[in-house]
Amino acid sequence: MTAQTESASPAGVAGPAPADRPRRASARDGFWPWLFLAPLLIGMGAFYLWPVVQTFINTFMSIGPFGGGEFAGLANYRKLLSEPEFLRSVLNTIIYTAIVLLGVPIAIVISSLLNRPGLRFATLYRMLFFMPYVAMPTAIALVWRTIYNGDFGILNTFLAVFGLDGPHWISSPGYSLAALGAMGLWSALGFSLIILTAGLQNIPADLYEAAQLDGAGPWKQFISVTVPMLTPSIFLVVVVTSINAFQLFDLLFALMGTSNPAMKETQSMVFMFYEQGFIINDKGYASVIAIAIMVIVALFTLIQFRVQNKWVNYV
Amino acid sequence: MSEHTAPSVLRHTARSARNRRRRQELGFFQRHPHIFVHAALITGGFVMAFPFLWQLIVSLSTQAEVTNVPPSLWPEVLRWENYALVFDRVPFLRQFGVSAVVTIITVVGQIVFCSMAGFAFARMHFWGRGIIFAGILSILMVPTQAFLIPQFEIVQSLGLMNTVWGIAAPGVFSAFGTFLMRQAFLALPGEIEEAARLDGASPWQMFWRVMLPLTKPSLSALTIITVLFAWNSLLWPLVVTTEASRMPLAVSLATMQGQHGTEYPMLMAAALMAMAPVLVVFIVLQRRVVEGLAHSGLK
Repeated sequence: MTAQTESASPAGVAGPAPADRPRRASARDGFWPWLFLAPLLIGMGAFYLWPVVQTFINTFMSIGPFGGGEFAGLANYRKLLSEPEFLRSVLNTIIYTAIVLLGVPIAIVISSLLNRPGLRFATLYRMLFFMPYVAMPTAIALVWRTIYNGDFGILNTFLAVFGLDGPHWISSPGYSLAALGAMGLWSALGFSLIILTAGLQNIPADLYEAAQLDGAGPWKQFISVTVPMLTPSIFLVVVVTSINAFQLFDLLFALMGTSNPAMKETQSMVFMFYEQGFIINDKGYASVIAIAIMVIVALFTLIQFRVQNKWVNYV
Repeated sequence: MSEHTAPSVLRHTARSARNRRRRQELGFFQRHPHIFVHAALITGGFVMAFPFLWQLIVSLSTQAEVTNVPPSLWPEVLRWENYALVFDRVPFLRQFGVSAVVTIITVVGQIVFCSMAGFAFARMHFWGRGIIFAGILSILMVPTQAFLIPQFEIVQSLGLMNTVWGIAAPGVFSAFGTFLMRQAFLALPGEIEEAARLDGASPWQMFWRVMLPLTKPSLSALTIITVLFAWNSLLWPLVVTTEASRMPLAVSLATMQGQHGTEYPMLMAAALMAMAPVLVVFIVLQRRVVEGLAHSGLK
């Protein structure tokens, strides 16, 4: 949504300019703008702009546990590409993101159910569905850890009712990623619902009336009016949800714990960054991972923007 | 109206009988058009709410009740002492205070710095405005890990490790907040500005007295997003705090998982108390939170 407003109104960059303003308006406000900007610009420069440059420089350095680095050329890059561990973490993150994105179709259905006119208890339902999104991820992961426990977890107890023997979800590789994804889906659903609900309320009611006159039932209306009209919101939800899912850390860290034997097979890119940078203390290598995360997220987002005109309808 | 007059009583009962018959002919599902919707939403809502419910149940059980196979679904006696136990295991009150102070610093800082800068970008003219704004926007595209190690080194060299200032420092400056506030100031009509200028308002008065109060929806959206971010985030505070009494709650919980990972009732009590403030605020201000998040379109 934000990106669209930007590209839709390039004139917005210049701001609304009254006609009687002098041609050379750029200096009119004198030093005042700089007073307004100074705190932010200093902060952004110190905590964001310079650090990203520094991180890039660090990728060429070999930095010991106590700081003080020496030039190492492309050694960190070579290490990244030669170690299957990083590739594995990229793959894990992509699988996790894919599972979380399965929540988007679910959210489309739920939000259109929640928006049926005259539905009672809608506020209560909405609260139930939004709650996981605002709750602290670390706290939530601890709860799921109890639910997923292989011996006495309530999930396996529930499965046992149907005669199923549930695995040790968190400590067996493979299952742990699925368990993590299910939790991530549950936790991200509220965000999709909020955006999609706002999108639904912008669909003009006469479209539904017209569809009804043409004899479309509720399902037909959903498929040929709701979903196509909702595609801009769906696009936003997919982009933001996948950017957030690529940042997987809190849920993983609190669900699995650092000493979990399945961690190597389950870890995300961000977890690997944290482990290399602050546990193993190889900050040069961690910097390469950070840059790699940046490139991968940028590529992924770029692809999404590229294919959007294949399925997103802008009216 | 005429059908309610005296002679129509007979006709009236006949009609209501006919109505009743018609309603019966309509069938159960036509009379309750939302029955499937409710069934779906109740099932879904239960799945969404269950972890919270289970957390509450475990937090009031004994260790044995939780670790039995199968676990008991409801504690025999409600063990509120599990909550007291949290304060024995970790300096919970101090950590709660750290979380609260960090959240306040971050919110106040973002509101002040981002709205000032947003105002300048939207309403003032100066050299390099477009370039500088584009530079700030480009930061939005960079994931936090790319800043984190140098940020850590800055905080360390300033001696701010294990302080609320160190935890709050990077979060006080936000590219997203600046973008949001710039949009808000851009949307205000130019006449207000002209009128205030004719009245001889200085740029500061124009910002503080005239324009800022008009951006309330965006300010409340920014506040909500920042509270969620500051209260819940883990990675940065995990890196800059090492002492238990200086940690915010998220770090404390993650650490507790490692140290007291099997004391499930105590852990659930701690997790519940850690997320309670944000959840309570959300439930009370639900409409505004949802509007705020939808308004911004981003976390």
